[in-house]
Amino acid sequence: MRVTTLPLAVSAYTSTSALGCGLDAHLGALDAQHSGLRMNDFSSAPLPCWIGRVDGVEDVTLPAAYVKWDCRNNRLAWLGLNQDDFLVKAHAARQRYGATRVALLLGTSTASIGATEEGYRRLEDGRLPTDLRRTSIHTPHSLTAFIAAALDIKGPSLTISTACSSSAKVFASAERLIRLGLADAAIVGGVDSLCDSTLFGFNALELVSPEPCRPFDAARRGISIGEAAGFALLERVELQPSEPLQLLGCGESSDAHHMSTPDPAGLGAELALRDVFDRAGLDVAQVDYVNLHGTASQKNDAMEAGLVSRMFSPRTRVSSTKHLTGHTLGAAGIVEAIITLLALRDGFVPGNAGIREPDPACSAHFAWRNEARSLRVALSHSFGFGGSNACLAFARVDGVA
Amino acid sequence: MPRFCARGWCCMNALHIQVEGIGLWSPQCADLDAFRRHLAGETASTSHARPNASALSANERRRAPESVLVAVEAASQAIAASGRGTDNLACVFTSAYGDQATTDYMCRVLAHAPTELSPTRFHNAVHNASAGYWTIATGCRAPSSAICAGRASFGAGLLEAAALACADDRAVLLVNSDTAGTGPLGELIGCTRVFGCALVLSPCTTTGMRLRLATTASSPRHSPMSAECQAWMQANPAAESLPLLIMLATGRGDCVLAVSEHLGLHVEMETNA
Repeated sequence: MRVTTLPLAVSAYTSTSALGCGLDAHLGALDAQHSGLRMNDFSSAPLPCWIGRVDGVEDVTLPAAYVKWDCRNNRLAWLGLNQDDFLVKAHAARQRYGATRVALLLGTSTASIGATEEGYRRLEDGRLPTDLRRTSIHTPHSLTAFIAAALDIKGPSLTISTACSSSAKVFASAERLIRLGLADAAIVGGVDSLCDSTLFGFNALELVSPEPCRPFDAARRGISIGEAAGFALLERVELQPSEPLQLLGCGESSDAHHMSTPDPAGLGAELALRDVFDRAGLDVAQVDYVNLHGTASQKNDAMEAGLVSRMFSPRTRVSSTKHLTGHTLGAAGIVEAIITLLALRDGFVPGNAGIREPDPACSAHFAWRNEARSLRVALSHSFGFGGSNACLAFARVDGVA
Repeated sequence: MPRFCARGWCCMNALHIQVEGIGLWSPQCADLDAFRRHLAGETASTSHARPNASALSANERRRAPESVLVAVEAASQAIAASGRGTDNLACVFTSAYGDQATTDYMCRVLAHAPTELSPTRFHNAVHNASAGYWTIATGCRAPSSAICAGRASFGAGLLEAAALACADDRAVLLVNSDTAGTGPLGELIGCTRVFGCALVLSPCTTTGMRLRLATTASSPRHSPMSAECQAWMQANPAAESLPLLIMLATGRGDCVLAVSEHLGLHVEMETNA
């Protein structure tokens, strides 16, 4: 049986990444193709690589009521929540629907593990130090528990942690809850912050580039890790009929191939794409733009270039924006969903920044530079460790200039 | 009144699902039969150190951390009981803490010699490691997810899996597990036992073991249970599933499970009137 997903109005959204805080900072950096990557000045031991670090996270102060959740990841979450009036809009949605009728679904791959790492660096008599003896931060649910408290959300709330697809899959869960009538609206998003676990972990897998990452370049050398926070408010279209941006659907699949490398044939990724086309009733020819996963790892980009060339119509434009933001891991899904929404809203195709010499496997679909183009339908790809795939489809539904 | 659902399994915020198979593993009760014997008052005669997890290849079984072995063992039992194939079965894995021993290892190495981190143990540290190993072992390309919600991880996972079953009209494997903590992290968290269970769920038909799930503002509650079951629940968030497992093993009762700090899920057995 074919399942038709419920289109949802995206009535508020915001992103904070190495490109800056909020939508305007992102739009400015996308327009200028200005990368937010810098030499690694974060890890607790030297590691020669580039990172997408958000300025000022260290200086964020959580309101006193939430101090038990204080850690880098939740400071970044709070910084992100306070951009673009998102906090105000989220509170208004809670007032409109009631606290128990709004769902909260957030993605993260490492949550506040940075605080646990810090605790282990300065153990006191073999125990976590007094200031970090807080169970609220040594759990992968730390982010969602904090945001639920900060927004006073009392509806279904959970953390999705499927590595780099985490904050794309939250859209699928939210759509199901709203379609079934278990919630009237949902706040979705994701936050991942820089930590030793991912920097040295990806380094151990020999996936970290010594230079700023160059997705789909013939001489790409791996990923640059970043951090980010992003949120979106999803509501029923009939209750927000004037919202121009909609989520059309989400496709999901598993690779069934390998824990840390994608299936080179891209069968799982293709299934996720076909799933979103089926659910949204989309024809592949309708797709104007795809924001690719494009991590600049050898294997992801080879797989994804093949997927693009065999799946999409010649009129579809594609690009990766990870040279600008870095790979924000569990937050990549939401950050790139928001870049996709900005492209739809303002009518442009973001260029695939960081390129010197395109990989010969890349087809003519690739937009190496920014292009002005009105868009109606755009997708965002997210593929994670463990073979977890998600593809999101968004549309601009008002008259496009 | 059905609201936007495939064939009306969701009515007035209630979901109706069928339980097709149950799996369970802990050192004291290595399967559902052993659990039933425990409920009947028998004392466990043997303690099991390690789950078989025979769905994994020998190589993967060596590489996989304990959390994956427990999850895969419970999942395999539930699948066998359901008689379903695995290759197109969507799955939701829920765990409050993931693999705590791996987290402890990572943090220890990162504190002293970060460049010596094992790449295998790093990829085993992702919260969706069990989902990854499972889908690879069973050739499953259906959607898979890995979630958590603190002490409410089982209830949140049950709601997520039931919503997927009802919204997309498909069977879903729910796997719920946590392992014992180690090191400074384990000492703080206080999760001291191993427990895992799995359920194969599908949209309701008129036969089989049926459940009605409805969100509620009520606090978690359940029928009286043995001291041993209470001790499991104290010592492992995955054992918050015990009130439902007891209902399923005995064929009666109801309970309220936590799905978040403020929301409950009222679970009732449905019988043919």
